[in-house]
Amino acid sequence: MGKKNFKMGMGFLALLSALMFMLVTTTSARASSEPKLKVGILHIGSIADAGYNQAHAEGAQIMKKNLPGVEVIGVENVPEGADAERVMENMIKQGAKLIIPASFGYLDPALRVSKKYPDIKFVHPGGYKRAPNLGTYWASTPEAFYLMGIAAGKTTKTNKMGYVVALPISFFLANINAFQIGARSVNPSVETRVVFTGTFLDPGKEATAANALLDQGVDVLGVIVDSPITVVQTAEKRNAYSVGYHYLGVQKFAPKGWISGIAFTWGELYTRFAKQVMDGTWKSENLLGNLSSDYLTIAPFGPAVSADAAKLVNAKKQEFISGKSQVFQGPIKDNKGVERLKAGEVWPMENLGKMDFLIEGVIGQAR
Amino acid sequence: MIERTSGVFRLRNRRLPGMVRWFGLVGLAFLIFAIVLIIIGKNPIRAYINIFSSTLGSAYGLSEIVVKMIPLILTAIAVALPSRIWLINVGGEGQLHIGALFATGGALHFSYLPAWILMPLIFVLGFLGGGLWAMISGILRARGWASETISTLLMNYVAILLVNFFVFGPWKDPESANYPQTAEFVGAAILPALGGTRVHFGLVFAIVSLIIYYLLLSYTRWGLEMRAIGNNSEAAQRNGIPIARYIILLMFIGGGIAGLAGMSEVSAIQGRLRPGISPGYGFTGFLISWMSGGNPLGMVASAFLLAIIISGGDILQMAHGLPGSAVHILMSLILFVVLGRSGGRRSAK
Repeated sequence: MGKKNFKMGMGFLALLSALMFMLVTTTSARASSEPKLKVGILHIGSIADAGYNQAHAEGAQIMKKNLPGVEVIGVENVPEGADAERVMENMIKQGAKLIIPASFGYLDPALRVSKKYPDIKFVHPGGYKRAPNLGTYWASTPEAFYLMGIAAGKTTKTNKMGYVVALPISFFLANINAFQIGARSVNPSVETRVVFTGTFLDPGKEATAANALLDQGVDVLGVIVDSPITVVQTAEKRNAYSVGYHYLGVQKFAPKGWISGIAFTWGELYTRFAKQVMDGTWKSENLLGNLSSDYLTIAPFGPAVSADAAKLVNAKKQEFISGKSQVFQGPIKDNKGVERLKAGEVWPMENLGKMDFLIEGVIGQAR
Repeated sequence: MIERTSGVFRLRNRRLPGMVRWFGLVGLAFLIFAIVLIIIGKNPIRAYINIFSSTLGSAYGLSEIVVKMIPLILTAIAVALPSRIWLINVGGEGQLHIGALFATGGALHFSYLPAWILMPLIFVLGFLGGGLWAMISGILRARGWASETISTLLMNYVAILLVNFFVFGPWKDPESANYPQTAEFVGAAILPALGGTRVHFGLVFAIVSLIIYYLLLSYTRWGLEMRAIGNNSEAAQRNGIPIARYIILLMFIGGGIAGLAGMSEVSAIQGRLRPGISPGYGFTGFLISWMSGGNPLGMVASAFLLAIIISGGDILQMAHGLPGSAVHILMSLILFVVLGRSGGRRSAK
């Protein structure tokens, strides 16, 4: 390498670093009023996905509105790999005292960062591990999927329903199974076909899967991917019914064929977390909500749902809340004919993470 | 990179000093991005101050830059080395993934071995994985069956799908609620890191690879022969230089180095294999190699710059409410400016 080049390069570097130093020192002099609490929230995708991420982002915004003086630092499109830890560290450097790493795959990075900062609180959605300063929260969804099954099973005309699902992970299998059980409870001849796309967001694959299901005669489409828009829009375009997920505002993408949907409304829960952190009463727990929680919401019914079906759904909802009914009540056979639950047995909800089969009446492969 | 140059590194015999041009081009990209920021109503000076102060203004920020630079430098060398004999390796991403896959295989199946055997084993497996994967393209090219540009590019997707196959299937951790990821590596399979930071032993791989790369090309008979192939392959062949062997070998070594990037990511950063281990390091590495014309110092400087942009990009969101895609605009601007440079130079000839 030429010596002259090297010298000039070093000169530039020196100049650049001098400039940088000046800039850095000027910024640190800038004072601003400190907020009461800074909350950092990481999103795996776009916060305008009308789905998983938007639900979390709006939750954080509602928290901010509920609690004057609380500031939200949101970062979207954070990969679950090496970057998540750095983003969390930077949020802490910016003064965040509560971190919401809002994706399943952030659990390991969050646990690592939480070990380094015992004074910072973390709340992780759906995590299966905890730490003294990292709590987890989620809502049990099978009951809600059961209710969707009732509404859809009453509405379908072809008795074929379809689900476009990201991955065959246990919780999603449980949701599909619950949907089918609910549908069968009102319509014994109904079946549910499942297509796994293999990823949480791929509109191209989702559209292909939705169209393939519709081509097979399916007239109700449900969806478990991060952004439900593609699937419900495809259903709407082809005059099929749709069941939404994740976000309360999905209905407007399929007003005609809308049946109902399951939405996470995190605002009040996040408000409670923030309050607890501010007054020092927060503690690490494994919070699992249900249909009576204010963060698991059944979306309004669409025009296609009969008053009769709506009544059935509401009655069953009360039964779930009071504990009178269970979703996974034996006898239950899987779709290969093997008996998984004997008559009278109940699959415990804390074992949802171990469900590795699809039940009778669901067409699809559990792995 | 594609053009034939008279020196080992094209930045050498140019009237305008290479580094000045490098800074000029990068500055231009930053300037254009500043205009974009002004258009959407943000203060570009404050945005840049935040980017640089968050990354260079603290020991932690700097350490994270180094963490980012490790895979970027390794994947850049994976591109730069074969490019010495006009081979275009666009497969760094796939080679990284297969390196990670092989290393994970070792970490999972030989977890009972002590660290002093397990660690070198994982290292070798990571190198072999990336190397063999790239060598497939090398053989196809050497035989004249398929362009390495196309085959390496397409094999990226195959590699990522292969990784998915293993983490969704045989290697899925039963303890993780059926979530697609392998079990955590045992302590003996975790690369050591520098006290308290995430700067890991992969840094040594990157530095040693860079030094070997430089020495190999500048001072060895191989380097001389590669220069001969690069300058005039026909003449080189007539003089008895085994071109086919060089193609296969350079693809193997290049791919192996990218494989080390994958190996160190799973072993030091992730501690397990899962989908999405690389946010496009292989492609960014290609950009870096291209920006610097394969010059070792240039690659370090370019990796440094891109690491700042990637790491500092979070700040654009945190402090300025910019969408997450803003930083991609800046990165693609740099790519455009650099592409524009080589396009302009070609037509000037």
